[in-house]
Amino acid sequence: MILIKNVNLVDAKGVRGPADVLIGEGRILSLEGGEASLVVDGSGKLLAPGFLDLHAHLREPGEEVKEDLASGLMAAVRGGYTDVVSMPNTRPPVDTPEAVRALKAKALRLGLARLHPGAALTVGQEGERLTQAGGLKEAGAVLLTDDGRTNEDAFILAAGLLQAAPLGLPVAVHAEDASLRRNGVMNDGPLAHRLGLPGNPPEAEAARIARDLEVLRYALRRSKATPRLHVQHLSTRRGVELIREARRAGLPVTAEATPHHLTLTEEALKGFDPIFKVAPPLRAEEDREALLEGLLDGTLTAIATDHAPHTQAEKERDLLRAPFGIPSLEVAFPLLYTELHLKRGFPLPRLVALFTDGPREVLGLKPLHLEEGAEASLVLLDPKEAPVEPARFASKARYSPWAGWVLAGWPVLTLVEGRVVHRVE
Amino acid sequence: MRFKAELMNAEEMRRALYRIAHEIVEANKGVEGLALVGIHTRGIPLAKRMARFIQEFEGQEVPVGILDITLYRDDLSEIGHRPQVRETRIPFDLTNRAIVLVDDVLYTGRTARAALDALMDLGRPRRIYLAVLVDRGHRELPIRADFVGKNVPTAKNEVVKVKVAEVDGEDRVELWEKEEA
Amino acid sequence: MRHLLDFEGWSRADLESVLDTARVMREVLERPVKKVPALQGFTVATVFFEPSTRTRTSFELAARRMSADVVSFAAQSSSLQKGESYKDTLLTLEAMGVDAYVIRADAAGVPHQATRWVKGVVVNGGDGQRAHPTQALLDAYTLLEALGSLEGKKIAIVGDILHSRVARSGAELFSLLGAEVWCAGPPSLLPQSLPGARLTPSLEEALEEADAVMALRLQKERMEAGLINLEDYIARYQITERRLGLAKPQAPLLHPGPMNRDVELEGTLADSPRSLVNRQVQNGVAVRMAVLYHLLVGRER
Repeated sequence: MILIKNVNLVDAKGVRGPADVLIGEGRILSLEGGEASLVVDGSGKLLAPGFLDLHAHLREPGEEVKEDLASGLMAAVRGGYTDVVSMPNTRPPVDTPEAVRALKAKALRLGLARLHPGAALTVGQEGERLTQAGGLKEAGAVLLTDDGRTNEDAFILAAGLLQAAPLGLPVAVHAEDASLRRNGVMNDGPLAHRLGLPGNPPEAEAARIARDLEVLRYALRRSKATPRLHVQHLSTRRGVELIREARRAGLPVTAEATPHHLTLTEEALKGFDPIFKVAPPLRAEEDREALLEGLLDGTLTAIATDHAPHTQAEKERDLLRAPFGIPSLEVAFPLLYTELHLKRGFPLPRLVALFTDGPREVLGLKPLHLEEGAEASLVLLDPKEAPVEPARFASKARYSPWAGWVLAGWPVLTLVEGRVVHRVE
Repeated sequence: MRFKAELMNAEEMRRALYRIAHEIVEANKGVEGLALVGIHTRGIPLAKRMARFIQEFEGQEVPVGILDITLYRDDLSEIGHRPQVRETRIPFDLTNRAIVLVDDVLYTGRTARAALDALMDLGRPRRIYLAVLVDRGHRELPIRADFVGKNVPTAKNEVVKVKVAEVDGEDRVELWEKEEA
Repeated sequence: MRHLLDFEGWSRADLESVLDTARVMREVLERPVKKVPALQGFTVATVFFEPSTRTRTSFELAARRMSADVVSFAAQSSSLQKGESYKDTLLTLEAMGVDAYVIRADAAGVPHQATRWVKGVVVNGGDGQRAHPTQALLDAYTLLEALGSLEGKKIAIVGDILHSRVARSGAELFSLLGAEVWCAGPPSLLPQSLPGARLTPSLEEALEEADAVMALRLQKERMEAGLINLEDYIARYQITERRLGLAKPQAPLLHPGPMNRDVELEGTLADSPRSLVNRQVQNGVAVRMAVLYHLLVGRER
């Protein structure tokens, strides 16, 4: 039994407390205290349901030099994540039930954050033949995606949505038009031109989202079951507008935003540091503002990290050759707690919902709140400030665009089904 | 820095330069093949004046060149600032000439050494002489002046300031003392 | 300024000082012994991740004329082929004791990245399509030789402005020195804006009363990419004797090289006395000597 004393509670329902939370048998037994072998002082701290990341590249199998399940899931629990959806663009891609089962089994043995594998939409993510969605779901896949690549063929996407619909599986899309994006390495605009770097235009994202929404309409019309489209790492103002419009019209689409798109802009590229090279790219201030509005008005219902680790050496290549990607599992919550809630007054329950209920809903999972009987997958957060120190990350990617930033809201205790998986003494 | 004494006034400077001009012509046994090269900055007006004197009493013109030794300094990697590189213009062939290098003050000898290296890269003179207005001692290299306006024994914490009308508005040689830090 | 990556942070006074020094270096290059000992004991490395014989040779000659030791690293060499990174290449050179790195790469920003890895001084020898500051300096020097001053002068740059680091650095520098810069080219090869320059698709507008004209090299890749048609370019943007008549009489002609004869310039013009192309090359060594002097002398070692 674990007792977390005198702690404030925060979940999608609101902030309340303080309470004395008694945990046993994998559940919250009581909010009024009780006997326990492990007593944690929660004074001044916040207790939230454990976070769920819809989008992390854990690089296993095939690229374990960058990250593997052990380091990735350890990074996750340090960041307060009890559940992680892994992206299937590994080597080889996760496109068979065996591959899904192998990942799940390994993660289970590790006993850290729970792994919910994402599986490829098409075989090898080549975009030509659909994978067997039924078998994949049965093996434990929670969504289908060709993320890592873009879905150039609309018909294949439509067929994928139609196949996944009766199974209740969402299809997640990396929405960028590859032909407009070309070899762009940063947001297309006056700054890209000034820096002499090829640009990736916001229109590439908007064009693809618009197309994918039409494809969704097509699938909706053709299917008895409801197809579900999830747009990953939204980054543009126009993209937010399109999603808002579509949701108002009742289309079954959800969208996520990343910590980097919410806290950084294209200005970060001025120093020519490939640490900031990511797809979709860091955009202009107005795009960042639009994402924040989208988070506030419910257009965007989830924060997802798109944790994309690479080796330090790879991220020190030149800007044309360095791989795309920013890792953030360990800092995502403290970053947004500080930059959005503390600095901009973003409501805390809504922020926590974006890390919990929002992502859960995308996967068709029930919301998780802090109440008697609820599963004890929880994170204890400390409002004390501390700097981001990449050298001490559990992730193999020991670098960060936010190195040195002083943040609050660090996870100091993470429980998965009542088991301690991370603790800071 | 603190002013200590006047070492030469304008008249004394003029006489010294006039005498050196004579000594040069005497050593060279005439003006045949003679040329003066003034070292930036104040060596240049001094060289030009001496050339004018020679023109006056010999009735012949002696060519004058100007030399910047910045690129030949031996202390470029140690000084904390970057000296501006200035023009070198020697409008005559150095080969087989007797060159008189002219500078205002001879001290450690390093400037003269640099000037010698520079001249060697520019041609092959028959003979090189060194003429200075003031020799203040404290040589660090085996260099000596052939023609000297005035010998002034100095202490290491003293500075000899030569002022020439063309650059400073007046002709005067002053002795200054560096303050204790 | 510690490095020469582009002209950001360089004052007009700094730049004029470099150009003054270049004048002295030019005189050194006229001497029988074309050498001064100013950089004796210093080591300059040319690190050309993107190949270029002309620029690299020019820098190496400049370093040698200043009595520096020179180390050459060229892209075709084996270590890069074996997958060694730019960073590792530079750190290896650093370990051998290099004081200044002249870096060229096909990606913008590599010299900036280098300043974070090495302790020495970095000179940008051309990074992607972004900047080529020493080319701009030698072009400015050549223009100053011909025109005396750039203040109030109209300089026309013609060709593929969009992809040209020569145009970008030239516009930046010439305007800093007081010139009015006009860039002309086919609409598909013009950027939306260029700091320091006025843009026009009309060759005539740019040449009108120009004090000097610079033609840029047209690269085959642009024609292959369908951005421009060769006949069309020659018909509308080639600098011909007749078109040059729009500029001031005796307005000099520049080209960064290598030149495509009868494409950017009418062949006869390339050989005419108005063409300062050979002066540009000679001045290139002097200007690079001045840049090395300015960055290496007066620093703690």
